[in-house]
Amino acid sequence: MHDTVASILIGASLLLAAWCLVYVALDRRLDNPLFYGLAAIEVALVAQLVGGSIALANTTREVDGASFIGYLLTALLILPGAVVWSVAEKSRWGTAVLVVACLVVAVMVVRMQQIWAGGA
Amino acid sequence: MPDARRGPGRLLVAVYGVFAISATARSAVQIVSRFGDAPVAYLLSALAALVYVVATVALARDALRLALVACGIELVGVLVVGTWSLAAPEAFPDATVWSVYGQGYGFVPLVLPVVGLWWIRRVSTRQRSVRSGPGARWRPRPP
Repeated sequence: MHDTVASILIGASLLLAAWCLVYVALDRRLDNPLFYGLAAIEVALVAQLVGGSIALANTTREVDGASFIGYLLTALLILPGAVVWSVAEKSRWGTAVLVVACLVVAVMVVRMQQIWAGGA
Repeated sequence: MPDARRGPGRLLVAVYGVFAISATARSAVQIVSRFGDAPVAYLLSALAALVYVVATVALARDALRLALVACGIELVGVLVVGTWSLAAPEAFPDATVWSVYGQGYGFVPLVLPVVGLWWIRRVSTRQRSVRSGPGARWRPRPP
C-alpha cells in the first residue's frame, strides 16, 4: 500500500474533521465547499481501494488480506452514510456527525497501514 | 414530539453505527478465520456486535424500550467483560471490544452505554410530559 497516499488521506481527513468541528462551533450546516472536501476524500478512498487491491495481489509478504480489503471497502461507506444521516438534522448535531465520520476515516486508514505492515 | 433521533441523538446514533459496523466486522473475521483459538472471547465479540446493531437500529427508529434493553445489556457487558478480562486474562488471548472496559477503543465502549441510557431517559421523560402536560387535552385560554 502506498504510504504517501495513506498519509495524505489521514492528514486530509483530520483537516476535514477540524473544519467540521469549526462548523459545529459556528452552528453551521454542510455547505458546498465542505461537501467537495468530503467528496475529494471519498475519491481518494476509491483510489486507495484500487491501489490497495493491486498491491495485495502483487505482494509476496504475509498480509491479512480479508481484513485489509474489509477496511478498504468499509471505509468507502462511512462518508456517504454520514452525509445522508447528517443532512436530515438541521442543527449543529448534524454537522457533529461529519466530525465523527472524518475521524473514523482517519483511524481506518491508520489501521489499513498497520494491517499492510503486518502484525496487529 | 421529542424523538431519540433529533439533536444530540443524531450524533449518538452515528457513533453507535460506527461501533455496530466495527464490532460486526471484527467478530466476523475472528469467527471465520480462527474461532478455535479463543471461542469465549469470540462469542463475546459476536454478542457485543449484536448488541451494538440492535442499539443502533432501535435508536435510529426511536424504539425507546428496545434501545433501553440494548444499552442496559451493553453496560452490563462492558463492566462484566472488562472486569473478567482483567481478572482472567488467559480467557482472552485475543481482545474483544469490551476487553479492559474498551481500552482498545479509547474507553468509548464504557462511556457510550451511559450516554445512551441518559439520552433514552431524557427523551422518554420529555415524551411523557408532552403527552400528559398542558396542550395534550387541555389548552390554556388566551388572556
